[in-house]
Amino acid sequence: MTSLATITAPPRARRLVGAGRQWIGLLYVAPAIALVVVFFLIPLGMTAWMSLHNWPLMGEHSYVGLGNYVAILRDTRFWNALRFTAYYTVIVTIAIFVVAFPLALFVERPRPLTNLYRTMFFMPAVVGFASASLLWSWLLNVDSGLFSPAAYDLGLIDKKFNLLATFQPAFWSIIAMVVWKVAGFTMIILMAGLQSIPQDLQEAAVIDGAGPFARFRAITLPLMRRTLALALILSVAGSILAFDQFYIILRGGPRNQTLTAVYWIFNQSFVSFKLGYGAALSMVLLVVLVALSLVQLWLLRKPEGLD
Amino acid sequence: MAQAASPNRRLLASIGEHSTGIIASVLFAAPIVWAVLSAFKPAAEARLPPLPPWPTSGFSLENYATLNSFGDGLWVSAQNSIYVSVMTVLLSVAVSVLAGYGFSRFRFPFKDLFFILILSTIMIPFQSILTPIFLVLTKLGLHNTLTGLVGVYVTLQLPFSIFMMRNAFDAVPREIEEAARMDGAGNLTMLLKVMLPLVWPGVVTIALFAFLGAWNEFLAALVLMTDQSKFTLPVMMTALQSGRFGAIDWGAVQAGVTVMMVPCLILFLVLQRFYIRGLMAGAIK
Repeated sequence: MTSLATITAPPRARRLVGAGRQWIGLLYVAPAIALVVVFFLIPLGMTAWMSLHNWPLMGEHSYVGLGNYVAILRDTRFWNALRFTAYYTVIVTIAIFVVAFPLALFVERPRPLTNLYRTMFFMPAVVGFASASLLWSWLLNVDSGLFSPAAYDLGLIDKKFNLLATFQPAFWSIIAMVVWKVAGFTMIILMAGLQSIPQDLQEAAVIDGAGPFARFRAITLPLMRRTLALALILSVAGSILAFDQFYIILRGGPRNQTLTAVYWIFNQSFVSFKLGYGAALSMVLLVVLVALSLVQLWLLRKPEGLD
Repeated sequence: MAQAASPNRRLLASIGEHSTGIIASVLFAAPIVWAVLSAFKPAAEARLPPLPPWPTSGFSLENYATLNSFGDGLWVSAQNSIYVSVMTVLLSVAVSVLAGYGFSRFRFPFKDLFFILILSTIMIPFQSILTPIFLVLTKLGLHNTLTGLVGVYVTLQLPFSIFMMRNAFDAVPREIEEAARMDGAGNLTMLLKVMLPLVWPGVVTIALFAFLGAWNEFLAALVLMTDQSKFTLPVMMTALQSGRFGAIDWGAVQAGVTVMMVPCLILFLVLQRFYIRGLMAGAIK
């Protein structure tokens, strides 16, 4: 196909840049290719290679075949981390949509101040996850923070309550933080989807006597399929890779109950320095995410006759 | 529905809508405002719960001064963050403009394969290849250097920014190049003098995303930068917040978080339309 390209080039383009000079294109893309090879392709190949080895940080590494993968099967803490990651992903995605969808409906119609509202809702999205986590670790602190002392001063609780000491309040605090940070982002994507629905379709349905709920179900939701899928995928992929907030706010605690998959890989690779084992764990995570990408491509396929 | 409503009801509905909007805006802005204001309290006051958030015993920059005394100091980390972010912006713009132009205007062997290869890197999370990246950097003698971190960050930006730049160049009519070529412009002159002014909105967009990406990134910096003098702001602040420098000084955390957030917020507010543009372009993909 690539050799045909020169032959099938439109005559004008050929006159523009001679066939021989087309090769110069390679020079233009070479730096990008070099970076991808050095910082992506080689590391990717090495991950697969290392996963078959016992690979300490110092000293010689030795081939162990599928040993690391067999060890993963028995690694209950990894499976716990995966289970927790899945649980977190489901809950946080639902929570984000519950907040972001009404916000998208709210800012979709132009009215005075809409632009200001959009900007305000979106602001936390440009702040980094690390900054947001540091900020909330302070707000959530039992003595110097905001939530517990404020509730105490208002007389809502009779003793200061440490939100980060037990699983449930700690988990829901993280959910609140992530929703605060991400909802504006999801809102903008959903808003773009809403705005792409032709107005006359809605009007025709009003004339046919369809109520707001029926219109939402029969027009809005189906026509937003690709947008919804995109927002969903972004949220799911981001959540599966969650690390910053659990590391910074909770250190994986209380009692290691909030270790996510990436966190566990980080611990194995860079705390225990079991690089080979960490690589094998990474391969498992990688397969999960590539599978997810394939689902994504399927969900985002261009609408066909059915739509 | 609106035509049937009486003016009174319409007014009520409007009041309801705007109260919702204002309350929600306050909720979203509150944590940011709280931290920025609290950072200006004197150290003794910053230890207490932030009620009210503004300083009551006088405005002070004490927290920023304290922050600068931890480890190698705020200023060193801020410089590292600025260096890494600016270099990431410059390099990813340079590499992506060249590649975008190459993919848009030339035909060469394996062109489609290369393009798909670059785009598909987005499917593999960099979190899963960090260990080998660490080893590759060591081999290259870039272990524990800001340059190495820049290399990783630029590569992370490539799928998005090359995609953006190729589209931007595709949108430029070929007639413009023909005219310039008649005047005897070479390839590189053409790119810099004729094409670049036409695709600059795309350049601003990818520069903005590169800056935010590099400025905010945490995990790679945490893993790859082991020497305190090389810490970027998120890594340094996390070390401080974890009590690595003794008792946690929440006033210093507020000051550090402010330094981390404010550049992002200013850039976003000034360049908002470029940000949304990039978001939409990425979304339509």
